[in-house]
Amino acid sequence: MTPNTFRNEFEAPADLASRNLLGIEELDRSEIERLLDRGLTFKRRRGELDPALSAKLEHKTIVNLFFEPSTRTRTSFEIAAKRLGAHTVSIQTQGSSLSKGESLVDTLNTLSAMQPDAIVMRHAASGAPHFLSRFLPTPIINGGDGRHEHPTQALLDAMTILERRGKLDGLRVAIIGDVSHSRVARSNIHLLAKFGVDLVLCGPATMVSGNLRELAPGITLTTKMNEAVADADVIMMLRVQLERQNVPVFPKNEYFQFYGLEVEHLKSAKPDALVMHPGPINRGRELSNEVADSKSSVILNQVSNGISIRMAVLERACGGETE
Amino acid sequence: MSRLLIKGGRIIDPATKLDAPRDVLLDGGRIVAIEETIEAPGAEVLNAAGKIVAPGFIDLRARLREPGLEHAETIETGTRAAAAGGFTAVCAMPHTSPCNDSPTVTRYIRGRAAEQGSVRVLPVGALTHGCKGEQLAEIGSMKEAGVVAVSDGDRSLHDSGLMRRAMRYAGSFDLTVIAHCEDPYLGAGGQVADGPKASRLGLTGIPGSAETAIVAREIVLAKETGTRTHLAHLSTREAVEMVRRAHGDGIPVTAEVSAHHLTLTVDDVPDYDSNFKLRPPLRTEDDRQALIAGLADETLAAVISDHAPHTGNVKMQEFEDCPFGASGLETAVSLTIEALSESVPTMRLIEVFTTGPAAALGRNDLGRLRIDGPADLTLLDLEREWTFQIADSASKSRNSPVNGRSFKGGPAATIVAGKIAWKAAS
Repeated sequence: MTPNTFRNEFEAPADLASRNLLGIEELDRSEIERLLDRGLTFKRRRGELDPALSAKLEHKTIVNLFFEPSTRTRTSFEIAAKRLGAHTVSIQTQGSSLSKGESLVDTLNTLSAMQPDAIVMRHAASGAPHFLSRFLPTPIINGGDGRHEHPTQALLDAMTILERRGKLDGLRVAIIGDVSHSRVARSNIHLLAKFGVDLVLCGPATMVSGNLRELAPGITLTTKMNEAVADADVIMMLRVQLERQNVPVFPKNEYFQFYGLEVEHLKSAKPDALVMHPGPINRGRELSNEVADSKSSVILNQVSNGISIRMAVLERACGGETE
Repeated sequence: MSRLLIKGGRIIDPATKLDAPRDVLLDGGRIVAIEETIEAPGAEVLNAAGKIVAPGFIDLRARLREPGLEHAETIETGTRAAAAGGFTAVCAMPHTSPCNDSPTVTRYIRGRAAEQGSVRVLPVGALTHGCKGEQLAEIGSMKEAGVVAVSDGDRSLHDSGLMRRAMRYAGSFDLTVIAHCEDPYLGAGGQVADGPKASRLGLTGIPGSAETAIVAREIVLAKETGTRTHLAHLSTREAVEMVRRAHGDGIPVTAEVSAHHLTLTVDDVPDYDSNFKLRPPLRTEDDRQALIAGLADETLAAVISDHAPHTGNVKMQEFEDCPFGASGLETAVSLTIEALSESVPTMRLIEVFTTGPAAALGRNDLGRLRIDGPADLTLLDLEREWTFQIADSASKSRNSPVNGRSFKGGPAATIVAGKIAWKAAS
């Protein structure tokens, strides 16, 4: 790629590459553990009145740039930044930046020239933050790119499992639904595989490509729900992503019948199995009301943990622990 | 007109299977003598010692973008790149604006080429109006205006009935139909080859069946219509095997491969680097080996540049939104030498740029050395070491998957109508 775009006049931080969070795939296990520890620490200290915590990112500016609609992730990042004392600017824009005639690189370079300390970005195109990171002097946090990765979601999911189970190694995790089109699934697969988790991906073949087996070690695929949930420690349900399928890949009226999670399924899972979902949930499409409201469901814990883990990620983007 | 004596070279002419040291004398844009030793007092002398002197190379597939898309390329810049790549003639695909679907546009292209071209431009006319795949273009009058073949460029016709009619009609004018082979439904939304990499990157894959489904259709239609059909830039092992079987059945099909597909695979694609976003997509090492074997056993007739220039800002965007294609004219010959020099004789290497493309166009007058024939020659230097830097390219395009690649072997000089159009810096 020829960098024929204009250059920012200020220098990138020397450790820029290690401040970016583009995906889970490129992180090693120790780095993930560091972020998870930090997230758990932030969550613990939330109860204390801690002025050091709320001034940690004082005078830092975080830009939230969302090219796709998002309420949950954007709000979560905003609250995380504010709890650490940072200033936040949130921009929500629809469609491609090119619709205004400005390329994505130029848009980001313009924002970058205002010298924020980090840019959180969500974009409908897979790889958009990776592409931009080659040109920008500002750390980028991927808030979800197309069908590729959603790293903070995988981190908060791992944190949620850790809280309940104390470990990840050796667990059996079923990921059910439209895995092929899901960035949440991809990030979770990369993360969990690095911890030796036994992964089962389940859905019709139009949603679970055979190629996914090669993403990481320890992956099995099945088209049958009862095989997927058997002995599972964790059942991750995915949202049906109609907006990310170029063409419909399933007849939607029978989806719940074959791939919806019902109380009956939980009986063959481990007795204290966790049910997770990245939200927003479609009751009656991905899981039944009973499952959503059952004690197995940790969906709201995921949401709370999202803030703690994003605090850890923002701290890392702004230069790491400073105490 | 000045005379040019090419002295001391090794002549390779696939049409006559000549491979011997010869001098060649050019005069008035024609070849006037090919002999063991020629003395021509007063003639300009081009020392070809250590070099191969071959018929001028023909590129069957390039996009010169003129008229209408001059911000990306012009006939002037594109043909300069062609000359620097060792080509004396390039087929200009019809995707211009307006599209080359009428004799008016064909004549315009030929006029611009005559004024500004460093090499010959062989226009390819559209098969249908606007390359929209709905109504037949004015194929007969375009032939009269000078198109060498007809094609809808980078699209396969949706409508198989229309394709059959188009082939019958083009056959009436003895024109080759050049077919891009990609089923619009099987390839819908595709960005890279279907496979583990596509899944890992979260990009829609283009399955091999997108290519082979159309290859199969075009082969059976070529059989039914008897029209010479040329299958453009094949990328899969299965497609090569289908063409091999078609040849066994005596069906009039030829096929080609791009130089990028001979040298690169999907594993070479850096994550989200749009310079590697090609159509057809780069595929596996197994496919690459099958393409090389297809050239070696003459299943595939030609290697092409598939030159697809784009302005910087359209390639500088999200991978999914980027157009397909890369610059190719200046590197095609060196990439082909890199891919083939171990596995095929030098004679065959020359054929894929001369008699191979000529046969695909049904033009036995092209791609050969003849006394009194046009003085178009390509000089090759198999020892020349050089590095491709896209920043120095004669093309306007700055998108190449092989920027910075070092080569051993490449064109040494390009001679068009008896004049040196380009010569390697020595």
